[in-house]
Amino acid sequence: MTRWLLWLVSGLLLGGIVHFATILYLPNTATQNAYARISAIAPVNSVVALPAPSAEKSIVPLMDPAFASAVCRYDLTDAPLKLTAPVSPAYTSVTFYTDKNVAYYAINDRAAGRRSIELDLMTAAQKAELPEDEEIAAADRLIVESPTQTGLIVIRTFAPEPGMMPAAIAALSGARCGPQPLQ
Amino acid sequence: MRLLIGLLLAFAVAASVGLGSTLYALQGGTAFGAFNVGAWTAWPRTGTPDIDPYARALIARSGELPMGAGDGVAFVATTDDDGVALDGRCDVTVSGTTPQARFWTLTLYDTEGRLIGNSLKRHGFSSQEVVRTSDGAIDISIAPRARAGNWLPSGGIERYMMVMRFYDSPIGVASRTGRETPMPSVKLRSCS
Repeated sequence: MTRWLLWLVSGLLLGGIVHFATILYLPNTATQNAYARISAIAPVNSVVALPAPSAEKSIVPLMDPAFASAVCRYDLTDAPLKLTAPVSPAYTSVTFYTDKNVAYYAINDRAAGRRSIELDLMTAAQKAELPEDEEIAAADRLIVESPTQTGLIVIRTFAPEPGMMPAAIAALSGARCGPQPLQ
Repeated sequence: MRLLIGLLLAFAVAASVGLGSTLYALQGGTAFGAFNVGAWTAWPRTGTPDIDPYARALIARSGELPMGAGDGVAFVATTDDDGVALDGRCDVTVSGTTPQARFWTLTLYDTEGRLIGNSLKRHGFSSQEVVRTSDGAIDISIAPRARAGNWLPSGGIERYMMVMRFYDSPIGVASRTGRETPMPSVKLRSCS
């Protein structure tokens, strides 16, 4: 009897391990995550407008319909990336996601404090390669460190009312991202 | 022989308990780091690199892009203040004051995170377009048929959820429930 109980208890313990292992491993198996969905429409290292969400169609769920959004799918393998996003009159934010959709950094127009948001995105290794004097100049340069080689940058501009959506979309059209090799 | 049966039993228990609890956790939604105010729940940590493994698994499966903490915070409500599930065939009011933020948006979604179809193509309000009461509070009606004032069409669907997003808001991982975060009340009025 106790022998069976022991098997049962070891089964439960193993079940716990299975539970944590599957939870931890799940993000690696998701084929329909936002990165995969957006990869289908967005070429690497350029800004593409995301279609506005509607009741029929939305590229990712739970998009805020009061916003116009654009995405830059980045790949830092060859070089760091430079992102420029003009600030819209209402509100502009830039959010950085890993290829597993973890939002590791976000900044809005007020925090950026300029007429446009300008950022350099690089991996930790690329940041370490920056020359010394570069580092001093970096004080007025916003450097974001990406934990992964690939990911998404989502730029969002707010339309306070539906009639202001064209202005929000127009503000996004000036956003650029592209490789910026280290000198 | 008994060893073999024992091993099989252990593996069967492990598989059913392990996978069952994983499925359950993904369906029930994560409770870690949840920040509850009335009917509303936010997960401020989900918008940061410190996101917990359960939320990570959830967003990987749903395919959503969570709101970054530097952008703002999202509060979700699937029930009214008394815990009754939001039903699109009923009249629901969202009223009261909102926490500090540069602006906010309120949006209705179905349980899959899609916008709710309606002829007006109105899916939500922003703080800039909503009409306020004389004391500055909000009073929004969510109903299948047109209502006076701030009306959001619920499309008559059985279940829906509301997401209230506060942009450029000080609410974060360190925020506490209470006077700091006065969320509007969610009241069920009548059902047709």
